[in-house]
Amino acid sequence: MIDLKGISKFYGQKKVVNDVSVSIAKGKVTSFIGPNGAGKSTVLSMVTRLLNHDSGEVLLEGKNILNAPSDALAKKIAILKQSNNMDLKITVRELISFGRFPYSKGRLTQKDNEIIDEAISYMELEDFEERYIDELSGGQRQRVYIAMTIAQDTEYIFLDEPLNNLDMKHSVQIMQILRRLVRERNKTIIIVIHDINFASCYSDNIVAMKDGKIAVSGKKDDVIKKEILEDIYEMDINIECIYGQQICVYFDEHENATVDDFIEDQARA
Amino acid sequence: MHDKKNNRRLIIFAAAALIIAGLYTFYQLNFDILYYQLPSRLNRVATMIIVGIAIALSTVIFQTITKNRILTPSIMGLDSVYLFIQTVIVFVAGARSPLITNDNVNYLVSMIGLVIFTVFVFKYLFKMTGNHVFLLLLIGIILGTFFSSLSTFMQMLINPDDFLVLQSSMFASFNAINEQLLWITAAIVLVMLLIVLKDFHSLDVITLGRDHAINLGVNYDRKVSQLLLIIAVLVSVSTALVGPIMFLGLLVVNLAHEVFKTYKHRYLLIGSSLIAVITLLVGQILTQYVFNQAVEISVIINLVGGVYFIILMLKESRR
Repeated sequence: MIDLKGISKFYGQKKVVNDVSVSIAKGKVTSFIGPNGAGKSTVLSMVTRLLNHDSGEVLLEGKNILNAPSDALAKKIAILKQSNNMDLKITVRELISFGRFPYSKGRLTQKDNEIIDEAISYMELEDFEERYIDELSGGQRQRVYIAMTIAQDTEYIFLDEPLNNLDMKHSVQIMQILRRLVRERNKTIIIVIHDINFASCYSDNIVAMKDGKIAVSGKKDDVIKKEILEDIYEMDINIECIYGQQICVYFDEHENATVDDFIEDQARA
Repeated sequence: MHDKKNNRRLIIFAAAALIIAGLYTFYQLNFDILYYQLPSRLNRVATMIIVGIAIALSTVIFQTITKNRILTPSIMGLDSVYLFIQTVIVFVAGARSPLITNDNVNYLVSMIGLVIFTVFVFKYLFKMTGNHVFLLLLIGIILGTFFSSLSTFMQMLINPDDFLVLQSSMFASFNAINEQLLWITAAIVLVMLLIVLKDFHSLDVITLGRDHAINLGVNYDRKVSQLLLIIAVLVSVSTALVGPIMFLGLLVVNLAHEVFKTYKHRYLLIGSSLIAVITLLVGQILTQYVFNQAVEISVIINLVGGVYFIILMLKESRR
């Protein structure tokens, strides 16, 4: 369990994150949603100590994370940020091996190699194990980074927009792997995600943010509601139940409506 | 399998360094003045090894921290501060002052000046800028320009004889290095080398960038400020010993990248040190036997380095 207690972040005078308090349940997928600039990524960075918070505290199983030694923390929480451009001559396997650094400090043991092999097969990367990462497509590279996080073998995994640059097939693939990690290994996964339908279908809990504050948080069905989402995104959203999943439709309901009609409606509203 | 090839390359470079050092030491050795000639040559070889290691290490680490392959620690203004210290000594105390004529005193004064400067820049400014490496570098560039302008200004005012004395400290030279200072420098460089090699794995992690490094449990900000101090010490001692020769770092580290094609610091650190030693030895042989001491070694290295750099840029732009 991770508790955020009134954390805030200022950039100059501007409060980008304002007194955020929320509990993240163990063994679940929790998604952070909200418009651009709502402070989702900033919260994620602060929870994972990449960024210092200006006030408040983050408790990991009751203990302040700032008091934990950095290398011990690396065995408990893993974070993957959204931009991962690297100009290095490094192979897929070598990069994934870095996930074992908190345990082996660079000297890989037999056990480390087994865990690396497992992470590679989990992300189905066997075919390009020995390729250099600068030869891969954006989607493949994203899978390599996620494999590195899996090799890190932490209870908590934070992913900042893991679906960035991925097509639908790979997006679904990644979300299914995340669910599998929760189901089979009882991991706790926290993601920032823009596609609310992916959030709605694949998460257990959703935290919706707006203007640096938490608008709503709770079970996904309590958050994926017309009034709540319309308020957060300031646009018309309809929610349909399809195969038991709440799906957001951003289109008009009048018959034969086109995208242009929708945009006009938006302008009028 | 790539590692094996790189191990072999390391052995080849080590052998080459040994052979060239041997050649330099024993070439045309005159047995009548053996007692004078041999120690003097060994002294130079030792100096080149120590300076080569210091410059290669500091440049590799610096490029890892800044994630940039065309920067060298000289951007932090250490060379300019060194020249500034020399200029101020000549300007204030004159060229005949023991501060400039006595090697030990000059070494000590230069060291203290450089260390005060770097501790100020790193300990104080690094904190003040909120641990931003690039902001720190910008401040370094400005301070470097400031000190070299001040030096130039003072050099205009001193009399030409004093300027000639001063000029000799503007170029690196491996001739007649004070033995005592050599051992002090060697001890300092060795300590730094051991500190770096003990923890070269975390340098590999730092290559991945700040976010990944923190995620993998490296205490990034503390580690980086520790590494910056190591760089500063290495650059300070080697500059105080032989004079400014920073272009060497750029040359040898890029060569090491070209040869080893790896991110692993085990190869980069050792490889670039060996390449640096070889480059210095060859440069020294050229100055001594081809140019008959008419050209400074740093001029040769800058020439070769410059040409190599242009080739590198042309190759990159053609891709």
